[in-house]
Amino acid sequence: MSLHFPVLVVLIPLFGALLTFFAGLFRRTWAWHITTYATLLSFVVSLDLLMSVRATGRISYWLGGWAPPWGIEYVVDYFSGYILVVISFISFMIAVFAGPYVKKQIGPERELNFFVLYLLLITGLLGMVITGDIFNVYVFLEIASLSGYALVAVGKKRGAVVASYNYLILGTVGAVFVLLGIGHLYMVTGTLNMADLRERLPDLYHSRVVLTAFVFFVIGFGLKFALFPLHTWLLSAHSLAPSAVSAILAAAVLKVNLYALMRVMFTVFTPAFVYEAVPITEIFFVITPIAILVSSVMALAQTNIKRMLAYSSIGQIGFIVLGIALANETALTGSLLHMLNHALMKGGLFLLAGVIIYQTDRYHITDWKGLGKTMPLTMLVFTIYGLSMVGVPLTAGFVSKWYLAIGALEAGRWYFIPVILVSSLLTAVYFWRIIEWGYFHEPDDPEDAKDRCHVPWAMMIPIMVMAFLLLFFGVAAFIPEGPARQAAAMLLGMQ
Amino acid sequence: MIEIIAGKYNYWIYISLMMIGFYAMIAKGNLIKKIVGLNIFQTAVFLFYISMAVREGSTAPILLSRAHGALTPETATYTNPLPHVLILTAIVVGVSVTAVALALAIKIYRAYGTLDEYRIAKLEQDAE
Repeated sequence: MSLHFPVLVVLIPLFGALLTFFAGLFRRTWAWHITTYATLLSFVVSLDLLMSVRATGRISYWLGGWAPPWGIEYVVDYFSGYILVVISFISFMIAVFAGPYVKKQIGPERELNFFVLYLLLITGLLGMVITGDIFNVYVFLEIASLSGYALVAVGKKRGAVVASYNYLILGTVGAVFVLLGIGHLYMVTGTLNMADLRERLPDLYHSRVVLTAFVFFVIGFGLKFALFPLHTWLLSAHSLAPSAVSAILAAAVLKVNLYALMRVMFTVFTPAFVYEAVPITEIFFVITPIAILVSSVMALAQTNIKRMLAYSSIGQIGFIVLGIALANETALTGSLLHMLNHALMKGGLFLLAGVIIYQTDRYHITDWKGLGKTMPLTMLVFTIYGLSMVGVPLTAGFVSKWYLAIGALEAGRWYFIPVILVSSLLTAVYFWRIIEWGYFHEPDDPEDAKDRCHVPWAMMIPIMVMAFLLLFFGVAAFIPEGPARQAAAMLLGMQ
Repeated sequence: MIEIIAGKYNYWIYISLMMIGFYAMIAKGNLIKKIVGLNIFQTAVFLFYISMAVREGSTAPILLSRAHGALTPETATYTNPLPHVLILTAIVVGVSVTAVALALAIKIYRAYGTLDEYRIAKLEQDAE
């Protein structure tokens, strides 16, 4: 049975989606239950895969028994195992949250649509992570993207439909660029298997076709994970989508597309090519500090909580890309840890925003007067997330920023440390505003305080579990650090 | 110069088509015209894949029997079937993208009563 775990990771949510649809026709609540169990099951399977990879090394699964490079190969190594666990865990947490949230905020008539699309999105994301075939990446990318576009538009806000449309147009341009990149590589090598491409490409590194392919990959995936100048779609899509959808988009979809680019950079191409033959790191060194600082300043100017979080995502993506560009093991470990931490933090923050909107229907933080009194637990958890976003010691956010800072020093680029510090300071300012409105202002109407406390536990528990993990990983940093360092060493070819 | 253009003319067509589609997506204000542009943009990539599969004087990759006259399995050159298969997948994806985009366009029209990008932006501004 465990022999087939690599393919089961993808098949569980896929068949879950089918089952959700038919079961949901009979009874609506089954849709939520099946989604939760399907994501839980794929989390357990991913965890088992990561354990066995750490014990025995790379797992290669031949789909249909066809040997690579002819057949499609699923690969679980340190890197994909780590990301699989992160993505499946986050999707499980958000699935638990979604039950009561969707019923009220999206409406019972669209509940079924939401859960089917959600499971299809998870199928696409997990498939992108686990596959070792580059055309398969494109297919899963489109499965994930199409369900993502539909999920953005599933809410009640009419602006969300326009946001979804813009996301679709730019997302498709990105996907077509990826497809062109694949075509260029196939044209010169005649293979689609990543490991096989890695062997054949070094002879062709001088070729302009290969360089063009690389540029197509960077821009294509860059559009998908909102690399700084290509981020415009993210703001409206993430801020107008229902909160549970914003959470999965920010926590999982951005990460997986970033993962796909890293796969192409380090597995299809080699670190030597990426860092020496093309000026890609020089470009990243220019755009990531701008992304980090500009997005922090812009986040400061927002009063709509979800728009503020969307701006902050762009800066956090900048941190991860900076770690990749710094090209040493410490910085890359920092990047990988930040992928986990940002998934937990931004996922949790969007869910918290969802909780507050669920209870009060207030989107602007200036309306959050006295929430510390009326929703004490929610605001307490918000404070923990805020501290982790700032990067206060003893929270997980500190660990990854610390690794990035040390990595910058090791690379001899000390001038990125002030960038990290200033951005942390700005983050502190924009989260402080929420704390101030929540704790230091009296509520407008103290009478309505009582019924605000009854947030369904299914919504609060995932948020609290993730907040606990942020504190736990801040102290016991060695737990995520082990797999992340192994993955970083593998990517840079030191192992 | 002429040889470069004429010898690889299908690649030139693919680039022109792609730019036409790209232009429509950027410059047109009508949401349906943008979708048309998107389709042209995707179709250009199909042409690119099909062009790279072809070899001069090649035939379909079917095992030839003696009945085919001059062409024998030993002498015939074959077209590469794999890009065709890949592009079948990409065509299916393209159809799905178009379907989702059109569905969104219908929802936008129902919500705003227009398909013009600028008018929608203005309506959104007024609503805020």
